[in-house]
Amino acid sequence: MDLFLQFLVSVLSLGGVYALLALGLSTVFGLLGFLNFAHGDLMTICGYGLYFMLAAGFGFVPAATLALALAALAAVLMERLAFRPLRGRNPMTLLITSFALSLALHVSFQIFISPKPKPIPVPEFLSGYFTIGEIFISRAQVIAIVVSVLSLVLLNLFVNRTRLGVALRAAAADFDVARAFGVKANQVIAIAFALSGLLAGLAALVWISQRGAVFPTMGLTPMVKALIAVIIGGLSNPRGALLGGFMLGLLEAGFLFTLPDSLVLYRDALVLLVLILFLMFRPNGLIATNPEPMR
Amino acid sequence: MKKAVLEVENLVVQYGQISAVQGVNLTVNENELVTVIGANGAGKTSTLNAMMGLVPAASGEIRYKGESLLHMPVEKRPSMGIAFSPEGRRVFGPLSVRDNLRVGGNSLPASQVDGRIDEMVERFPILGERLQQAAGTLSGGEQQMLAIARALMISPDFLILDEPSLGLAPIVVAQVFELIAELHAEGVAILLVEQNVRKSLAIADRAYVMELGRFVREGAADELAADPSIENSYLGAA
Repeated sequence: MDLFLQFLVSVLSLGGVYALLALGLSTVFGLLGFLNFAHGDLMTICGYGLYFMLAAGFGFVPAATLALALAALAAVLMERLAFRPLRGRNPMTLLITSFALSLALHVSFQIFISPKPKPIPVPEFLSGYFTIGEIFISRAQVIAIVVSVLSLVLLNLFVNRTRLGVALRAAAADFDVARAFGVKANQVIAIAFALSGLLAGLAALVWISQRGAVFPTMGLTPMVKALIAVIIGGLSNPRGALLGGFMLGLLEAGFLFTLPDSLVLYRDALVLLVLILFLMFRPNGLIATNPEPMR
Repeated sequence: MKKAVLEVENLVVQYGQISAVQGVNLTVNENELVTVIGANGAGKTSTLNAMMGLVPAASGEIRYKGESLLHMPVEKRPSMGIAFSPEGRRVFGPLSVRDNLRVGGNSLPASQVDGRIDEMVERFPILGERLQQAAGTLSGGEQQMLAIARALMISPDFLILDEPSLGLAPIVVAQVFELIAELHAEGVAILLVEQNVRKSLAIADRAYVMELGRFVREGAADELAADPSIENSYLGAA
């Protein structure tokens, strides 16, 4: 029972972060039909934002709030500067642009900030352990679960209850027709990017609170995980991304808890093996609605 | 003299080297139901898409109530009173019926949307029974009704209908045409593009016959319906 609870916490805390990232990816993909490889770098931007705000003397919560806003803003700017001039082009062009953008950001962080990790002091309420009876659960994990679940609930409310949210979903379903009903293309695309930046920022905060540092390629690993999550779940719809994120959390935690110590090292390799199986047998993901995205 | 709602002059639409529309002239007046008929691939949908701004016009002019639509972004049209029901219905499949209607009312003040949805439900009771259902799970006829209801959300002055009877069962086709005639009677200016020539001529005031990107005939709908050459090409022996 204790072990199960710990396992569950691991699944939810890992899966929650992956789900946040995967949702950000699928939000943009649903609208524009390309995977934004610079998505992970939004996490890094949020991380550096947090680092500099803390260095400037802000408390953790205001610094984190500002860092989140920075990530959202960076995502919107990314679209303005890099993707908007290419709108309507082949999605492959946009994909390669996002690769270039990601590389440019890595190099800029290395040159203008530092190639070495910058430590981020994690406040006390995020470190340490809760004890439930006999078992220990790290606070960071609990916070990860709370933050992801809360964000997912809020996101769900936004896209279902608000006018802009509904417009966003309509545009993802059929961009041209949505525009014919007055949904402004630039506006929904900007909102999609802002949301993806916000989701990446939230994931970054959770990620950093468990690791305590930010470095130029910080976003790379989580980006790859998010990619795996959207491939498992299905790229073109948010439900798939959500499911994929938690499935990946389940896989990783499953390997972590069941593999003997000598093999835990190969956890990621096993996850990738599962991914290959998915690509062979369910190339469209678990939830394969596969509507043609409008470009 | 009736006032023109829509005027199209020498419209040309090209896809690369191919000219889909080769210089058409068309007018829709206030309270008028005008139909464009013709075979598949004649350029009817391209003409409409150019009016909506979904494909660029290579040359020519499109004016709505005297104002040029050529460089007007697509999303401005609903606030001018133009509503569109596209070919193939294109309802937002993953969205509920209610949300489809909400998007239809996107250019209305937010406070009016729910009231309009209630009015649509009154007019289309079948949609009222399925407000929470995903639009993609509706039958073809229900989707067509939704596509029209979505367009009617803004109480348009001018309604563009692209092949509303396509792929529907005969009984539903009859309902759709009945509805269009009703809207016409209510005073909405309508441009109806159809392959169902007999039925559209029966309800329209005027008609244009399109072949290979050009209008080859135009005139009063009842005259065209009685014309033997139209009968032979489009209405068959029946």
